[in-house]
Amino acid sequence: MTLTDNRLDGLDHDGGLDELEDEAITIIREVTAETRAPVLLFSGGKDSAVLLHLAAKAFRPGNLPFPVMHVDTGHNFDEVIEYRDRLVKEYNVRLVVASVQASIDAGRVVEDTGPRASRNRLQSVTLLDAIAEHQFDAAFGGGRRDEDKARAKERILSFRDRFGQWEPRAQRPEPWNMLNAKIRTGEHLRAFPLSNWTELDIWRYIGREEVPLPSIYFSHRRVVVERNGMLLSVGGPVVAEPGEVPFEETVRYRTVGDASCTGAVRSTAANVHDVITEVAAARITERGATRADDNFSDSAMEDRKREGYF
Amino acid sequence: MVLRIATAGSVDDGKSTLIGRLLHDTKTVFEDQLASVEKASLRYGDGSLNLALLTDGLRAEREQGITIDVAYRYFATPERTFVVADTPGHAQYTRNMVTGASVSDVAIVLVDARNGLTEQTRRHLFVASLLGVKQVMLAVNKMDLVDFSQDRYDEIVAAARAHATALPAPVALNPLPISALLGDNVVDSSDNMPWYTGPSLLRQLETLELDDDHSIGARLSVQWVIRPYSTEHHDFRGLAGRLTGGTVAIGDRVRVLPGAQQSTIVSIERGGVPQETAEPGEAISIQLADDIDISRGDVVVTVAAPKPPVVADQIVADVSWMVDKPLEVGTRWIIKHLTRTAKAFVSAIETRHDVSTASQHSTERLELNDLGRVHLNVSVPLVVDLYDDHRPGGAAILVDEATGMTCGALMIRGFDGLES
Ligand SMILES: Nc1nc2c(ncn2[C@@H]2O[C@H](COP(=O)(O)OP(=O)(O)O)[C@@H](O)[C@H]2O)c(=O)[nH]1
Ligand SMILES: [Mg+2]
Repeated sequence: MTLTDNRLDGLDHDGGLDELEDEAITIIREVTAETRAPVLLFSGGKDSAVLLHLAAKAFRPGNLPFPVMHVDTGHNFDEVIEYRDRLVKEYNVRLVVASVQASIDAGRVVEDTGPRASRNRLQSVTLLDAIAEHQFDAAFGGGRRDEDKARAKERILSFRDRFGQWEPRAQRPEPWNMLNAKIRTGEHLRAFPLSNWTELDIWRYIGREEVPLPSIYFSHRRVVVERNGMLLSVGGPVVAEPGEVPFEETVRYRTVGDASCTGAVRSTAANVHDVITEVAAARITERGATRADDNFSDSAMEDRKREGYF
Repeated sequence: MVLRIATAGSVDDGKSTLIGRLLHDTKTVFEDQLASVEKASLRYGDGSLNLALLTDGLRAEREQGITIDVAYRYFATPERTFVVADTPGHAQYTRNMVTGASVSDVAIVLVDARNGLTEQTRRHLFVASLLGVKQVMLAVNKMDLVDFSQDRYDEIVAAARAHATALPAPVALNPLPISALLGDNVVDSSDNMPWYTGPSLLRQLETLELDDDHSIGARLSVQWVIRPYSTEHHDFRGLAGRLTGGTVAIGDRVRVLPGAQQSTIVSIERGGVPQETAEPGEAISIQLADDIDISRGDVVVTVAAPKPPVVADQIVADVSWMVDKPLEVGTRWIIKHLTRTAKAFVSAIETRHDVSTASQHSTERLELNDLGRVHLNVSVPLVVDLYDDHRPGGAAILVDEATGMTCGALMIRGFDGLES
């Protein structure tokens, strides 16, 4: 008996998806009712796609009672931007774009230089500025506790102080999953309706509900370089360094982030079913495989969360 | 169905190690996680693989070798899916245990075989009982450090059984001897303790039967009223919320509490898809035949409910106090109950529960980690259940108006005021 067998076994039945959906919809409705101006953070990745799908379901046949916000690093995959704009039309929601480039131009942040510079860290400042500018008091995010060891400590409704910071020692307890949305001016909340989902749950749900995704989640040919064991797409922000030889490979992405630090994995999974089979058999967590920023240090995620990251 | 597990024990009893062992032996640990734990083991410790580092993810936790905040972990076997909460045992120990137990079906209470039953163990059994967790797995850990002695084990189990008789509500103990460090009786049975013939911890968790919530009748606490105002759905007025307590079907007669109005369910939708009936736990929206005034906080209850909730503005509740600022007679708090938020005034503190002897003491105030019984006057009528009848309708939280902090968890034991 190995986990791989168990997970593959899980393909045949819906193993808790209905329950997870009910829980997520309940959280989305509750936070919406208890806050003044919520917003849904939409990255174009699979978790935020599922989140948007659930949010739409929560208020049907009504419209989504809040806008979605994309924190745009300027280092995007074209496919993801096309996809974002298509979804905004399909779900009939208002899109707010917060631009990291604008934060750089305004001198709010200083960009790292060099061929390996990533804008991932800079997003925190842009995000917090946008939350302040639009006076949002709650932001829905697609974070899951199974993603990372610091996220495993995250509440469903996470309190952020006036500086947007997360203090893991002073979190609000959530007995019976009761959510306390009381905040003072300048403070805000992050809400994580997908807290209890795993990567496999996300994929099974995408399959079941036919949630649309950007094409880069499925296998395609792409020119890449191999760097620190990761495959980075060449062109755009990533430039081949001396000694690196770009080559074409059949790949797909497991997460969608800043193109400068999100790696592809070798894969021939061309549709949701193939991906589920692959995920079920995977022996490396999605962040470990594909995010250069988390491999920086063992507590990279905790550090970024404390600074106000998603 | 997912089995939700809370772990409890004093600092260093081995909770994090046990969870790490469960994850490791069910092959839930990914290669990169294991590599990162191996790396961290070299840095924090003697270099041998420290499975506790799988859950102790925050830097301060690794440096100090302790768990700071509740962590949730997921694992699955062909039999069941599990969510396990690692609840740390120091500073805010009761708060963390209460939080973990409030959403759990079963609690694993760890005892260090060398120390035997401690005050903390008694506290954990008390909390499990108070929170209505009826199944406990009493895991006597570190059996390797007492030469796998059956006598020692029997002694501890006997002490636990004696204490269990004094608990506020009955709790099944399900004792077993384990070594979280070596893996004995965690996933696989132990060769070191042939005298123990029962199944391993995981086997027991896989087969544990939970008594189904006997139906007390369906209720829906309104979270949000869906009004599309579109031409297509011009007259749509959906009462959105999560159904609990029983099933509903189109045509059911309902009452809307705290008022006295009645109507009939004419539609049920889940995620925008119409259905004929709905089950407990489902996030739905319903429409009623009559256009009556209903808003967030109201509760829709079937007329046929065998045990309907009660409308009350005075409640008696057990409270777990979770912050430094004390709870005192005459103080005012925000109370959140179901989807209603109101003000609550502490009119009396009946008692402070002494958790180690399961006896009671009169007191003027409750401090951090105290458990006690209080009387509250609420500014508006609530639609309540007794906690033992129905957890959602019998639970509430107290929030500090000034800081916004969640300060207390309430379990309703009685009420007064308006009858329904
Ligand atoms: N010998 C022995 N040591 C154990 C056992 N379980 C845990 N430990 C050790 O006890 C210490 C505390 O364990 P930890 O899991 O951090 O305890 P927690 O505070 O309850 O989470 C660590 O050094 C563990 O290696 C066991 O079964 N046998
Ligand atoms: Mg621990």
